[in-house]
Amino acid sequence: MFDRHQFLEKNGLILTVAILVTVAIGGLVEIAPLFYLESTIEKVKGVRPYTPLELAGRNIYVREGCYVCHSQQIRPLRDEVERYGHYSLAAESMYDHPFQWGSKRTGPDLARVGGKYSDDWHREHLIDPQSLVPESVMPPYAFLQETALDLSNMSAALRANRIVGVPYTEDMIENAVSDARAQVDPFSDDYDALLERYPGAIIREFDGDATALTEMDALIAYLQVLGTMVDFDAYEPEQNYR
Amino acid sequence: MAAPNNETGEEETTGHEWDGIRELNNPLPRWWLIIFYATIVWAVVYWIFMPAWPGITGYTKGLRNHSERENVAVALQQLESSRVEFAQRLLAAPSLRAIESDPDLLQYARAAGESLFGDNCATCHGVGGQGFVGYPNLVDDEWIWGGTLDDIQTTLRVGRRSDHPETTYTEMLAYGQDGLLTPAEVNDLTDYVLSLSGQLHDPEARARAEEVYQTQCVSCHGVDGTGDREQGAPNLTDAIWLYGGERSAIWETLWYGRAGVMPSFEGRLSEDQIAALAVYVHTLGGGED
Repeated sequence: MFDRHQFLEKNGLILTVAILVTVAIGGLVEIAPLFYLESTIEKVKGVRPYTPLELAGRNIYVREGCYVCHSQQIRPLRDEVERYGHYSLAAESMYDHPFQWGSKRTGPDLARVGGKYSDDWHREHLIDPQSLVPESVMPPYAFLQETALDLSNMSAALRANRIVGVPYTEDMIENAVSDARAQVDPFSDDYDALLERYPGAIIREFDGDATALTEMDALIAYLQVLGTMVDFDAYEPEQNYR
Repeated sequence: MAAPNNETGEEETTGHEWDGIRELNNPLPRWWLIIFYATIVWAVVYWIFMPAWPGITGYTKGLRNHSERENVAVALQQLESSRVEFAQRLLAAPSLRAIESDPDLLQYARAAGESLFGDNCATCHGVGGQGFVGYPNLVDDEWIWGGTLDDIQTTLRVGRRSDHPETTYTEMLAYGQDGLLTPAEVNDLTDYVLSLSGQLHDPEARARAEEVYQTQCVSCHGVDGTGDREQGAPNLTDAIWLYGGERSAIWETLWYGRAGVMPSFEGRLSEDQIAALAVYVHTLGGGED
């Protein structure tokens, strides 16, 4: 009976099919339940899709490989919660494609860095990290301040995210460029429209230079929203114990 | 492991032979097999005790009823209960001053404050509170928004130019960039500011700027340039400068304006943590009565 495997091993095509079936079972058992079990993604209030500017900043974050040194995942461990705040919830990265959880912390975790430092601090720190944190090994990203933000693919970026499940509306996609501009201009006419589409969005001159919409604006806008969306006053963790 | 005896043909082979080389069919090493079977047994034991198999509406919880989220909640509760006595005493203290005059409480506040400072404040104000350009030094006795315990607590709580509703919004205007003054006036005013702290300056330029200073600057920095803490306007007559006191830095401040932001920590930190931090910063060296 233990010789039966020879049949599989001698027939390449049948072996391939058998491997596929085996792997598919593993996938079904491990992955499929995550899509229908209710405890997978917590019910929280406040998480909204990223604004076009935040999304552009996120794309810069991905492009520059920030995730290589910074995680965005506070684990449910006492010391981490003490330092970084409430452990990360699945709901907080449900609109992240791909997620930026990372796997290594050369620098600190950034899951809740939003609001912790001023925009000025972020700008100066990105331009020259050692000027503010002498012991830091982070490379400088001064070019972000000089690089104009590419607005040409803003709507396409939203549309791509909608294809993978982020609930961007047609209205949001159409107004992506004006929303991106409005988020760095507290005096713009699109102020209210932006807030209506993206409740709670921060509207500020992020990089301190009102004359240009730069990649620095986008990245700081993204960093300042990280971990700030969930309304923890309305969150009942007991419902999600598992 | 003994060498297989190929010569006598006693070793079991798979029957394959290529160019006189036969494939042996030796059993797997016993130690390897035992570990292999042990891992299978371990998996079954794990299924019984720990959350494992997904179902249609839920998953098997396991006999141990293990939950990382519950564990961390318990761990945090234990942490809180180990601190609750001091936290309550901090909150119950009639004033922050009273915390400082109680040796036990002061020791706790300084220890708690130090660890909070390292995580939340050192990134901008430096590990020792020495500050950086644009981020005030907290160990000297020069305070932009006041250095009493209550002032420091307020700054921590509502921030400065932060998004807290009670924060302060005053800022140094961009006199040059926004065209409030001509370039020549900004240059002259730079000499005026240099003169306030007794630095080398051009007396003629200073004289020309006198009127501009009196109309534009006195409402915040005062007639004599000693500043106004209510508005966060720094003292211009001493040698302590947030953005640098040399000619180029002063010119830059006048031309582009300044509006440094201190984030609000209300909500991010608890009330007793803010009290502990206020005491810690106050006792760093320059606290005022």
